[in-house]
Amino acid sequence: MAANQENSFNHLVFKAQAVRKQMNTNLRDQVVKDIYQRAEEIAAKAVALPDTRNDLDRKIDNIVTSRIWGYPLMFALLSLVFWLTITGANYPSQLLSNVLFGFQEQLTGFFRWAGAPAWLHGVLVLGLYRCLAWVVSVMLPPMAIFFPLFTFLEDLGYLPRVAFNLDKLFKKAGAHGKQILTMCMGFGCNAAGIIACRIIESPRERLIAILTNNFVPCNGRFPTLIAMAAVFMGALAAGTNSFAAAGVVAGVVLIGIAVTLLVSRILSKTLLKGVPSTFTLELPPYRMPKIGTLLIRSILDRTIFVLMRAVVVAAPAGVITWILANVTIGDMSIVARLAGWLDGFGRIIGLDGYILLAFLLGLPANEIVVPILIMCYLAQGTMLELDSIEALRQLLLNNGWTWLTALNMILFSLLHFPCATTLLTVRKETQSTKWTVLAALIPTGAAIAVCFLVAQIVRALGLV
Amino acid sequence: MSIAEFELTQLPVGGFARVVGIKAEGLVRNRLLDLGLVPATVVEAVRKSPAGDPIAYKIRGALIALRSEESRQITVRALVED
Repeated sequence: MAANQENSFNHLVFKAQAVRKQMNTNLRDQVVKDIYQRAEEIAAKAVALPDTRNDLDRKIDNIVTSRIWGYPLMFALLSLVFWLTITGANYPSQLLSNVLFGFQEQLTGFFRWAGAPAWLHGVLVLGLYRCLAWVVSVMLPPMAIFFPLFTFLEDLGYLPRVAFNLDKLFKKAGAHGKQILTMCMGFGCNAAGIIACRIIESPRERLIAILTNNFVPCNGRFPTLIAMAAVFMGALAAGTNSFAAAGVVAGVVLIGIAVTLLVSRILSKTLLKGVPSTFTLELPPYRMPKIGTLLIRSILDRTIFVLMRAVVVAAPAGVITWILANVTIGDMSIVARLAGWLDGFGRIIGLDGYILLAFLLGLPANEIVVPILIMCYLAQGTMLELDSIEALRQLLLNNGWTWLTALNMILFSLLHFPCATTLLTVRKETQSTKWTVLAALIPTGAAIAVCFLVAQIVRALGLV
Repeated sequence: MSIAEFELTQLPVGGFARVVGIKAEGLVRNRLLDLGLVPATVVEAVRKSPAGDPIAYKIRGALIALRSEESRQITVRALVED
């Protein structure tokens, strides 16, 4: 009896739901239609719309999204932004580093005057201060150029056209077209790119975008890529051959995009199965950006924000690195010992133990990877500012580097695990330890696989 | 009314059409309605992406790109000059 009653009650609820669903669709349709009808009536009385079939926006779009010019133009603009960033940042970086490293002498003098013990001077000045000085002088100028340029393209209305041009590739990869916008943000900072993934509503596609954002190199990795590109090209200095360096960096970005698409596709066939959700993208009218607000927004909101975050993680990293490099167990420093353990594996993938260790120690912030590496090679226990790319090249050659090492360093930097801040952001955005772990494992796996293949092929062909 | 109805996907670039209805249900339907794709709305196919898909449509003054998966769900008929 009771069971029967419950049964008929459930039946009734089910029926009511079905009716309500039907009502809902019709009701919603009607409401939306009425709103638009009313709006149209009002607009027709008050606004006269010009014929837009031949306006300037369409002419610009005819070029920007054309079959012939669409893709080359995107690549040219990308290269131009990098070239402006590299050449523009050269001089102010030099200036900043002179000032900041000059101040270090003052600090050393003060410590000596105060009679501070050598270890305290080491930890605070040679570890903490030098690491901060490096991060600020290397990162601030490129970011202060890159972010305004990027914000300019964003405010202009060009970025949605990029998404429009590239959407088909992302559709084929089972991903969302707006992923390209989150990737553009990733050029500035991957943590910012991952927050930007909120613009993708479907959880599946959002996760794909989050897990692959790391494959676009962020500002913290550009100095590494640029330095390695300069070494790799055999150029004397980044300044004299910034065209070639910008070209290599732009090429690296293309590899990053290709890997993003490939990994997105694999993810949407395996862990994140499903069909693409709805895609609607507005192509807004072009607008001349307001330079004043653009500068304030890009410098304050982006540059300073990212820099402060880097400073916060770089300070403890500098301390830890100094301690590891200066505390000896037996007759070797801890750094040398750790590098020794990693060396065998490093060589298989075309790198060496010190490079892998530098990447591991650089987990807090990618921009300190090269300084840590230089410090290890020099074995002086402090981070050193080498004054030219040529000096860096000599140092690397003396430590057994070939062009293959430089190439794999670039590839590993492009593909490896994201920095600690980015991982924390992934944790915050996904609320899941599983996806955070995968956000570290997937890129690392890709980096190892690619470097291994490149090293084996190059060696098998006898090119090194 | 003998004017043939067809899917928005088939509207050639430069062509105009009038919305008849939306076939999709649920979330997709809501998204498309919110763009203003209610019956009788005039839509112009403005341009194709260099890759052929998506296609950008002028809908109520805004330029909106739709993938073929979405535009296939929208039934339109040719605009008669009157």
